[in-house]
Amino acid sequence: MAKEKKKGWKALTKGGVIEGGGTAKEFKTGDWRSERPILLSEKCINCLACWMYCPDSAVIMKDGKVAGFDYDYCKGCGICAHECPVKGKAIKMIPDNHG
Amino acid sequence: MAKTNIVARTGNEAMAEAMRQINPDVVAAYPITPATEIVQIFAGYVADGLVDTEFVPVESEHSAMSACIGASAAGGRIMTGTSSQGLALMAEMLYIASGLRLPIVMADVNRALSSPINIHCDHSDTMMVKDAGWIQIFSENAQEAYDNMIQAVRIAEEALLPVIVTTDGFIISHCMERIEIIDDKDVKNFVGEKKLGNYLLNVDKPITIGAMDLPDYYFEHKRQHIEAMIESKDIILSVAKEFSGLFGRSYGLFEVYRLEDADCAIVLMGSTVGTAKAVADNLREKGIKAGVLGLRVFRPFPKEEIAQALKNIKAIAVMDRSDSMNAQEGPVCLEVKASLFDDSASPNNVLNYIYGLGGREVRIEDIESVYKGLGEVIKGKSKNKITYLGVRE
Ligand code: SF4
Ligand code: SF4
Repeated sequence: MAKEKKKGWKALTKGGVIEGGGTAKEFKTGDWRSERPILLSEKCINCLACWMYCPDSAVIMKDGKVAGFDYDYCKGCGICAHECPVKGKAIKMIPDNHG
Repeated sequence: MAKTNIVARTGNEAMAEAMRQINPDVVAAYPITPATEIVQIFAGYVADGLVDTEFVPVESEHSAMSACIGASAAGGRIMTGTSSQGLALMAEMLYIASGLRLPIVMADVNRALSSPINIHCDHSDTMMVKDAGWIQIFSENAQEAYDNMIQAVRIAEEALLPVIVTTDGFIISHCMERIEIIDDKDVKNFVGEKKLGNYLLNVDKPITIGAMDLPDYYFEHKRQHIEAMIESKDIILSVAKEFSGLFGRSYGLFEVYRLEDADCAIVLMGSTVGTAKAVADNLREKGIKAGVLGLRVFRPFPKEEIAQALKNIKAIAVMDRSDSMNAQEGPVCLEVKASLFDDSASPNNVLNYIYGLGGREVRIEDIESVYKGLGEVIKGKSKNKITYLGVRE
């Protein structure tokens, strides 16, 4: 991931004001993840337990099926993998040392 | 020159009068003991319909400052008043007000902090929050308190920093003096309408304030705040210049009194500046070259200007009406010494006198003893670097 260039103190708004509305969406909360979930689609029965349990709404749905994870917001907690009812698990947690 | 009315007012009444003329949008206050009558008098103005202000009586001084912060962030012109324990209880919120760069103006009556319990004058309360990022302006008398309040509104809004204007408890706050009150309409013109930048009630331009600011931005925002404090010196001076042009009374970062040719000088702030000037006058008649530097602005600290003003003084006494409990020296003395330190040509004969804690009287004779100590230093005698003036052994 390319590092964003952070503004110096002269370029920042005074008092830490954030201009504009709905800016929380731009705050990528997934950047402190140490593990990431990987979907093993061939094992998935689409019970949607992961989608229900994910505390960050980071399970991506497409046409009523689990399609993957939104790594901008997935915090790597592993709840999805823990709750997956399939024997052998349809979600695998792997180390993630992204910057 | 604008028309003025000569009246008799206590310091509290003078500050409340300034608030009436400024007519802020919101005043939030809670009169914890030992508060003063400033907001009580002002609440009377609100009840009598003399101002348009929304008065918010909250349940603590912490809430008072919180309500001021919310109202200021919303876009209003906000004032409050406090003293001593109340200022201490506000401390957490003071940092938030200044960090958010909200131009709140506060009247603060300097009084001792408990314990031991005491409601009389010293500067411990204001010194406790000296690092809270607020501009701090001290007043020698009720006239200065009144004038400083009016100027503080302009200073705060131009610097985008909150301002504390202080008086000395009882000595100024409760004593009646002759003061000149400016016409309502002239004050109104002087303070003008608040210029709005970002504010929460602007539905056309939504903003977030007080967001989380982690290690990658916090430092930059603090650096901005530091810069604002540095730049506020010029703002304070330009507002004072405009004020003096209109109303005739001159102000600077500090007052120099008979300092130009002085051998010895006392540096201090608040009401005792007046006593020191009287003593300097007496000593001058006896041929002793005594001068006074009365600090008006403690934050930002006028470092270069003070070093310049004191450069030819042979012996200096800094009088502190509080102690930092640092087993060293009082806060004003440390700042003055630091100001002199950077220039090796500056005088280094600086004595510290801690005085007047908990309202202990400071008399003419006490100040004379300080000048006497300076005289001995000039003659080459060694003196204690710190003296607790008038403390019984
Ligand atoms: S690891 Fe946690 S945050 Fe990420 S998708 Fe699974 S449940 Fe959601
Ligand atoms: S919990 Fe497991 S099986 Fe159920 S939808 Fe999610 S990945 Fe598929």
